[in-house]
Amino acid sequence: MKPYRMHLMVCAGTACVSNKSYKIKKVLEEEIKKQGLEDEVAVVTTGCNGFCAQGPLMVVQPDGVFYQLLKEEDIPHLVEEHFLKGRPVKEKMYVPPEEKMPIPTMDNIDFFKYQRLIALRNRGLIDPEKIDEYIARDGYNALVKALTEMSPDDIIREVKTSGLRGRGGAGFPTGLKWELTRASENGEVEKYIVCNADEGDPGAFMDRSIIESDPHSVLEGMAIGARAIGATKGFIYIRHEYPLALERLNKAIKQACEYGLLGENILDTGFNFDVDVHRGAGAFVCGEETALLAALEGRFGEPRPRPPYPVEKGLWGKPTNINNVETWANVPIIISRGSKWFSEIGTETSKGTKVFSLVGKINNTGLVEVPMGITMRDIVYKIGGGIPDGKEFKAVQTGGPSGGCIPKALLDLPVDYESLTDAGSMMGSGGMVVMDEETCMVDVARYFLTFTQDESCGKCTPCREGTKRMLEILTKITQGEGTEEDLQLLEELANEVKKSALCGLGKTAPNPVLTTLRYFRDEYETHIREKKCPAHVCRKLNVYTIDPEICVTKGHGCGVCMRECPEGAIAGEKNKPHRIEQDKCIKCGVCYEVCRFKAIYIQ
Amino acid sequence: MTKLKIEDLAKIQEKTKRLTNLRDGAGRVKITVHMGTCGIAAGARNIMSSLLSEMEKHNISDVIVTTSGCAGLCSREPMATVEIVGESPVKYVDLTEAKIVEIFNKHVLGGEVVTDYALAVGSERTH
Repeated sequence: MKPYRMHLMVCAGTACVSNKSYKIKKVLEEEIKKQGLEDEVAVVTTGCNGFCAQGPLMVVQPDGVFYQLLKEEDIPHLVEEHFLKGRPVKEKMYVPPEEKMPIPTMDNIDFFKYQRLIALRNRGLIDPEKIDEYIARDGYNALVKALTEMSPDDIIREVKTSGLRGRGGAGFPTGLKWELTRASENGEVEKYIVCNADEGDPGAFMDRSIIESDPHSVLEGMAIGARAIGATKGFIYIRHEYPLALERLNKAIKQACEYGLLGENILDTGFNFDVDVHRGAGAFVCGEETALLAALEGRFGEPRPRPPYPVEKGLWGKPTNINNVETWANVPIIISRGSKWFSEIGTETSKGTKVFSLVGKINNTGLVEVPMGITMRDIVYKIGGGIPDGKEFKAVQTGGPSGGCIPKALLDLPVDYESLTDAGSMMGSGGMVVMDEETCMVDVARYFLTFTQDESCGKCTPCREGTKRMLEILTKITQGEGTEEDLQLLEELANEVKKSALCGLGKTAPNPVLTTLRYFRDEYETHIREKKCPAHVCRKLNVYTIDPEICVTKGHGCGVCMRECPEGAIAGEKNKPHRIEQDKCIKCGVCYEVCRFKAIYIQ
Repeated sequence: MTKLKIEDLAKIQEKTKRLTNLRDGAGRVKITVHMGTCGIAAGARNIMSSLLSEMEKHNISDVIVTTSGCAGLCSREPMATVEIVGESPVKYVDLTEAKIVEIFNKHVLGGEVVTDYALAVGSERTH
């Protein structure tokens, strides 16, 4: 087969696909044919590249030229200029915020430059729907090593010394979990392997992207884990809302079965292991391991008290080893490159890398994988490109609704399990929501609590009642009806729920409240004492006023606010200053939004 | 599909790697065919095809073939630049299909510059 001289790696992660990357691919193929380049230039679809804000993306190899925000109409020019004539097209390249010169190649773009890819080692480099391409990049070699050169104890020792810890939230040492599952009942009964792909945190998409860009890395990791603990059956519990990830996962399993890399007598070594996929039904609590297992068994997705832990009594009462998607994806490379290599990356207690989804008020929204111990500042400013529109950074929420808000003063905090926990937050599964000066921290706490309250399964009282009461208090405060006693009660409740809830959901639900109280108490106090929201987010507390001078000199009393006000609370006539009648105003903020002359301000 | 044995895995890896190697962007040799309008008019497309066929014939996967625009010396097109990693790039001019095949065999595979067809060694300063 004649080798292609150029591979166009078109991103086909969920974000780029929703921005029509498949259509782009089709037009690319048509144009390439038109120019007679079909034997020279190949179009390859890959998983998510991580730079979702700039999608649809394409990386041109071997030169690594990075194109972004592609549209169908750009393609003919691109094909002729670059792929035929060799002149990369500057207009479609990435330009850093507040700069003018485009950066042609991927490895020179800050967003990519500071990342270190381990779990996402194949992202953008292979077609996730082709098992051969995974194999070409050393795929399934680790499984061969685990089956032929290593005993189960060797595998467990290797994972233990690598220092790998669970990437799903709690950070439990993976090797130790495997050892416990292996030791449990010692080979007398059946054991199970489970992959937790029920990623439910708002704004988090690490697991989805791993599965979409490299599903075989998860399957290979699970097979190695199965060999280590002595299981022959694995389950992947995947979120209902991830259709593309599910499709790629099913394809990957089918291909692996056809090749005999899953199933019976794998690679003729006598080892058996197969994997079933189970779709979740959309409950956040099912990300909690005992609730997940209940759902897998076909029961109501509710958690139960631990111990016994799943390593002793898991699926159908059998010892079960549950790890998260990202944890499994790390396993093959630890086995093939060795624990020493892995343990040299990261900090004393947290080894390797972590994938984060970087969202919120940040220039470079997307998915990043960074070594443990990197500072929050580097993530936000170097990789994330800072805050849009020159606004001030205020806080970053890590760990989703179970995590907490890290304030500006802790920007130089090295990101690892311990330091985040000490700061009152947690690593969690890796969501990072960046907030700027226009964010009200009381409102943020209220938002996350609305989520956890809604998702609370209701089995235990502290979580069911506690989150509800906390939410009531927070709502009261944001509406200007909070009292000093409320603040005290809120704090007390939060601490109690944290101590007494049954499962991880309830235990961590108060974290957003506790951290905002710890770092942004003054905002709560301003809401309560002065009945004001410093960020002007809590509308009930806003007092809208028209500056008479600007209204007349700039706007000539245009009357737009008057027409738009749903309550008829604005009075005035042309060329004369308008006025808001405060007793009629319902604080909807419409006048503020429609005034082009910025004559309306919030007191 | 028959089930794989361990040695089959290595074969698949070898075979696929040959096709996907260039995604790593690190070849032993980089050949640039100049594909400006002048180059294409003078026959650069054929130079490219011959080059790719020659690579297929020799089962080569560590050579990266790329294109660039007009090099500014339109009268000497078709042109190509051969750069072995760690050595100075060599510019070849007035190419024909036979010449590029010879260059591929002698210079790319054999490491010996074909001085008869070469214009110069080295590149213009770019900064």
